[in-house]
Amino acid sequence: MKILVCISHVPDTTTKINFIDNNTKFNTAQVQFIINPYDEIALARALELTEGNGGTVTVINVGDISTEPTIRKALAIGAADAIRVNAQPRDGYFVASQIANAAKDMGFDFILCGRESIDYNGAMVPAMIAELLGIPSVSIAKKLTIEGTTATIEREIEGGKEIVSVPLPFVAGASEGMAEPKIPNMRGIMSARTKPLKVVEPIEVSLLQEITHFDTPKPRGQVKLVPADNAGELINLLHTEAKVF
Amino acid sequence: MSVLVYAENTGGQFKKSSFEIISYGKSIADKLSTTLSVISIGNVSNENLSALGKYGVARVLNVSDARLNDFNSQAYSSVISNAATSENASVVLMLNSFAGRGLAPRIAVKLKAGFAAGAVDLPEITDKFTVKKGGFSGKAFAYVELKSDVKVITLNANSYKIVETGGSAEVVAFSPTLNDNELKSTVKETVRATDKISLPDAELVVSAGRGLKGPENWGMIEEMANLLGAATACSKPVSDAGWRPHSEHVGQTGIAISPNLYLAVGISGAIQHLAGVSSSKCIVVINKDPEAPFFKAADYGIVGDAFEVVPKLIEALKALKASN
Repeated sequence: MKILVCISHVPDTTTKINFIDNNTKFNTAQVQFIINPYDEIALARALELTEGNGGTVTVINVGDISTEPTIRKALAIGAADAIRVNAQPRDGYFVASQIANAAKDMGFDFILCGRESIDYNGAMVPAMIAELLGIPSVSIAKKLTIEGTTATIEREIEGGKEIVSVPLPFVAGASEGMAEPKIPNMRGIMSARTKPLKVVEPIEVSLLQEITHFDTPKPRGQVKLVPADNAGELINLLHTEAKVF
Repeated sequence: MSVLVYAENTGGQFKKSSFEIISYGKSIADKLSTTLSVISIGNVSNENLSALGKYGVARVLNVSDARLNDFNSQAYSSVISNAATSENASVVLMLNSFAGRGLAPRIAVKLKAGFAAGAVDLPEITDKFTVKKGGFSGKAFAYVELKSDVKVITLNANSYKIVETGGSAEVVAFSPTLNDNELKSTVKETVRATDKISLPDAELVVSAGRGLKGPENWGMIEEMANLLGAATACSKPVSDAGWRPHSEHVGQTGIAISPNLYLAVGISGAIQHLAGVSSSKCIVVINKDPEAPFFKAADYGIVGDAFEVVPKLIEALKALKASN
């Protein structure tokens, strides 16, 4: 079994977010970068599925050389080899196009991504890769099992879940619950240094969109505290002042 | 030219957020001086389809092919893209729902369209076409300029007010050819809790965390939610511990919601949790720790023991209901 896992290099959760250059660029100074948490879940599931049956997991990332430590971390977790497409991940369509192009002739059984990245929250890359390759996709997948040439995938829906049967090859976006992220062990960390990391050049992709600027939400005012022994007053305020019910 | 909205239905009924995306589409159609069309897939009655006229819809394309009774992202995106082309749509809209997330990216690729996912407001179209959307897990907004001729946008639920403009809609059957290659996935089972309010669509949410000490204490949370007609939610530690289902987990690696009211009991308010709720219109925090970081993100708060405060809130809610 050959699985391709797509990983993004994203700012750590607890990072303070601010922008520079007139709010046109995310300020990366002093920011810790990590593997996107959903991608870690995808990687863990892929490794579970290839354990003990000779399967391999390849990871792919679209980024400049600064993403290599993040890629090495994925190798340390257990991926066999890695590909870095040498380009800035300009937008979801650009990233999906690079991955689809790199993946198309590599004979993968299926492709796993995280459902969305925690920086842009586009949730578009998995489905776009699938559309470019002409294969099925499940964008928010909570469970995944493989039997021969068919996958059984549990996708999330409002108020419930749907179990779908999808033929290989496909692309799925891993959501919370698919697997527990794996922590790299010492052996993994040592071997990561020598596992293959191939760098390829990007293809041309039409520019369909561009982020012009960012801003941050207006901070809420000071919290209005209601004393605990008069808690009922909160209901009155929510009804008459905030008017939420 | 036109604006095309894909309106989702569940069991033949349009949900509230489907009317929100239709009203959003009507506003955009008006701004572009064009008409609004809707495409519907499934078994929806003619009555429900023509009733869309009152939200300003001019045309409804009704797709009722039996092979499309179950959701299929390949086939549905193909049908919607076809409709966008035949309606000469310059803007294609749908909800940022679980279905929308499976469809919009595929449609954007098919139509070579710029795509903004999770819009929180109407696009600015005076000079360029720019859409404001959430980013950095709720910590920022990004303004995305869509440069292509056709544009795809998904809208978050509870982000746009439904407007009845009056009018009538022409309902036509739409039957594009389906490719076998697009019908390979099949649905084995659909499980939908019909007795509970679905969290992603809820206007009011009552949430609780580790401060409740154990799953056996959730009765009062559910009672408060029932009185309010609210959905229930929880923090990550509580869903990891199995006290509450994963589907209730709100946060950076759970669900992101933007209800009118988010009332959190016994949740400290870690950054990852805030990421899921920062767009809520009104945040209320009940916590016995006055230093809990959540108070800094709240509109209203009570510093107190949940086991004393929540019963008082329930009393007050019952009294309010009785007086109305």
